[in-house]
Amino acid sequence: MDDSERLKLYEQKVLPHLDAAYNLARWLAGNDHDAQDVAQEASLRAFRFFGSFRGENARAWLLSIVRNTFYTWLRKNRPKEKLVEIDDETLAVEDGSAGAESANPPFADADAVRRAIAELPVEFREVIILREMEGFSYKEISDLAEVPIGTVMSRLARARKLLQKSLTREFNPGGQP
Amino acid sequence: MNCQQAKPLIDPYADGELEAAAILELEQHLQSCSTCGITWRNLQSLKKTLKQDALYFTAPDALRQRIQSELPSSPRPIPERWSWNWNWLTTMMSGVTAACLALLLTVTLTHRSSEQPLAQEVVSNHIRSLMANHVMDVVSTDQHTVKPWFNGKLDFSPPVKNLTEQGFPLVGGRLDYLGGRSVAALVFQRHNHIINLFIWPAKENNSKPASSSSLQGYNVIHWSEAGMTFWAASDLNEKELIEFAQDFGKAETLRP
Repeated sequence: MDDSERLKLYEQKVLPHLDAAYNLARWLAGNDHDAQDVAQEASLRAFRFFGSFRGENARAWLLSIVRNTFYTWLRKNRPKEKLVEIDDETLAVEDGSAGAESANPPFADADAVRRAIAELPVEFREVIILREMEGFSYKEISDLAEVPIGTVMSRLARARKLLQKSLTREFNPGGQP
Repeated sequence: MNCQQAKPLIDPYADGELEAAAILELEQHLQSCSTCGITWRNLQSLKKTLKQDALYFTAPDALRQRIQSELPSSPRPIPERWSWNWNWLTTMMSGVTAACLALLLTVTLTHRSSEQPLAQEVVSNHIRSLMANHVMDVVSTDQHTVKPWFNGKLDFSPPVKNLTEQGFPLVGGRLDYLGGRSVAALVFQRHNHIINLFIWPAKENNSKPASSSSLQGYNVIHWSEAGMTFWAASDLNEKELIEFAQDFGKAETLRP
């Protein structure tokens, strides 16, 4: 594959997923400036490594590069950011809806939802984005994030419970715990 | 199925990941157990909450442009043979101009002294970069972008400096060919004037900016320092070009 052919394929297959790349980077990094740096670096890496792309899912492939770029960036720039600990992964999560008499409607206040997502530990945040916003299957997330499917499932379940807890708290201040 | 068995299945069910055999049993349980039913409806609400468009960040245009500018430029479409269009005409015209220029340069070159051929080559590279509308391969005002761009493309690492404060903003860079070798070309701008600064490893020792020469209406200046040879060419006036050379010498180099 010569350079111009590579560029053409890259523009056709990879660049259309730049929104997904930026969205993931934005949720992981937490602000626009850092997200742009991560997404830019990841996109250029994707171009350099385009030869290793086997034509499967270009979006998943690009997002795995965004993810790796982000964690490298995180270690370098925010070495103190708290990552998920074993306890977080294995601790049973109490069911926020226990004792409730009716179900919650969807939460429409986007700002409140943003805050709740931003509060999640980064590995939990990432499975939420990949599952709910990108619609990847457990298997795809497992490949992309390089963790076993069981871990994907437990992180997802725990992330959802944490979100439900903080959103319920936000919308029923002073309500039952 | 009891609640304890049902709970871990609710998430996979909502995600469409539950195996068929378990679906029926779980659905029966969800209908009969109000606690699990609420958990299930809460999860659906949460999934809807997270899918709202307002939460999805789309890539800013600035990011798209930054990425495009760092990719190798797209190849220009090759005009079809004999098709009479403007592309073809412009290609032919610039070819003719280049040929005339080359002839002119060859003629003038033969009358130059030892340093002049290089000065002439610098000027013709400068002109060619403007003519072919190919001043830059990497367009960026950011030295942190321009410097790494040269990595792996040259057998040396050119000093990249931004002189925005001094009134000569860096606008980009490209590879060029001078004196029989690949060189770095940094492109700076002063108002409407383009300055090409060609850089390659020096053979001689440091020298102050030499008095510039003028060829075909372009000013050329050269110096060497820190093991590198520098040649700058521009239609900028001589005074300002010397100023540029001095500012470049004084400005701090970006650390790799």
